[in-house]
Parts: sequence; structure tokens; C-alpha cells
Amino acid sequence: MSLKYAEFHPRWYRPRMPVFWWVHRRSYLIFVIRELSSVFVAWSVVFLLLLVSAVGQGGKQYQQFLHLSTNPWMLVLNVITLAFLVFHAITWFNLAPQAMVIRLRGKRVPRSWIAGAHFAGWAVLSALMAWLILG
Amino acid sequence: MGKRKAEPLLWLLFSAGGLAAALLLPVLLALFGLVFPAHWVSAPGYAHVLSVARFPLTRIVLLGLCVLALFHWAHRFRYTLYEGLQLKPFNMLIILGCYGGALVGSGFAVYLLLVAL
Repeated sequence: MSLKYAEFHPRWYRPRMPVFWWVHRRSYLIFVIRELSSVFVAWSVVFLLLLVSAVGQGGKQYQQFLHLSTNPWMLVLNVITLAFLVFHAITWFNLAPQAMVIRLRGKRVPRSWIAGAHFAGWAVLSALMAWLILG
Repeated sequence: MGKRKAEPLLWLLFSAGGLAAALLLPVLLALFGLVFPAHWVSAPGYAHVLSVARFPLTRIVLLGLCVLALFHWAHRFRYTLYEGLQLKPFNMLIILGCYGGALVGSGFAVYLLLVAL
């Protein structure tokens, strides 16, 4: 049967989604907040590169960077950034067992072990970095 | 590189960047964004920071972190714009802005960490 003869061809059913479809339900909102964490990841890279740039230029510029980071706006932005980064890290490590299926002697390694290994790695690396920076 | 071929690579960068960012960024931001500015602990002196930053392994790790985290942002933010704000019609513009931004940022990171430091 050709479409040409279908006099009353049905219109496609395409429900329109409101742009802010994700604000009305908690789980959707958390999903979008988790996705938005990437913006703060990008800001942390910029902040880090500002530090590297200052260190590369000299002691005076390094002091200026430290001074800039005490600016109240900067402090507020970085506290929010830190909250998003921690949220990103926790959700990322909790999802890791779903992305990694590791088998040991034919048995699947339990999910909690994989997530646990990630959290342990996080703690060790954070301590190592803090030790290096604080000297 | 065609779209079909690029997509797995972009997902790989997203994934590696997500892991690198989760493991390394919180402690760096906590120290330089909050602990030092709030004077809970005094910031390390210039000579120490310079010697740590100039150490070859530090440069490589920081460069990897910056590049991967930027591509993580690019990929995730692209889909945030598609899904959160339904901007799929501006597909090409978004792709250019996101991955282009990550490329430019990576260029800055290479210059700052390998040349200017």
C-alpha cells in the first residue's frame, strides 16, 4: 500500500518536552546536577593553570595568585566548585563497578570491592598530593 | 576522522578524564581554593612550589590531568546542553565550542606546563 493513497495520513506523535523537564523530580534534578559538575571540573582546570602560570612567572606573581584566591567571590566560587568536585568523585566511584566487570578465577569481583578500591585510591592519592604540596 | 570513528575515542577521553578529575582535583581545589585562602594552613613558599611544579613527573601528571579533564568537560557538557536545555538543533556549534574549547585549553596547558614553567 502506498502512502499516496492514504488520505488521512496520521500525524507523527511527537510529545514536546518542556525545557526544564528535570526540575520536577528529585532524581532528574540530581542527574542534571551531576552532569553540571563538568562545568566545575573545567573551572578547576582553569584555576590550576592560573596557579601554574603564576608559579612560572615568579614569586611576586605567585603571591598575587594567593591574594586573588582570598577574594570573597573567588572563595565562594571555589567552595561551590569543591562541593561539585566531591559530588562528581563520589558518583563516579559508585558507578565504576557498573563500567568495570572484573573476573578473578572465573568469579566476578564484588561491586563493593571495585568501588572500595576507587575510594581507597582517592584517599591515598589525596594524601600523597597534600604531602607533596605541604612539604 | 568521521563522526562514527571519533565517538568511541571521545567516550574514552570522557571516561579517563572523569577518573583523573575525581582522583586528583578535589585535593588540589581544597588546598589552593579553601585551606590556604582561609589561612587554616599557611601556603607553601614559592621556592618549594616551584621545585615541586618543575619536577618532570609533576608536569606530566598535571598535563594529563588538565587535558583529560577538559575533554571530560567537553563531552559531558555537550550532552548536558542536548538533554538539559534541548539544544540539539545547534549540534555543530556545540560540538565546535566544546571540543574546540578543550583543544584550546589543552594548548594552553602544554605551553604553561612544558614551556613557560
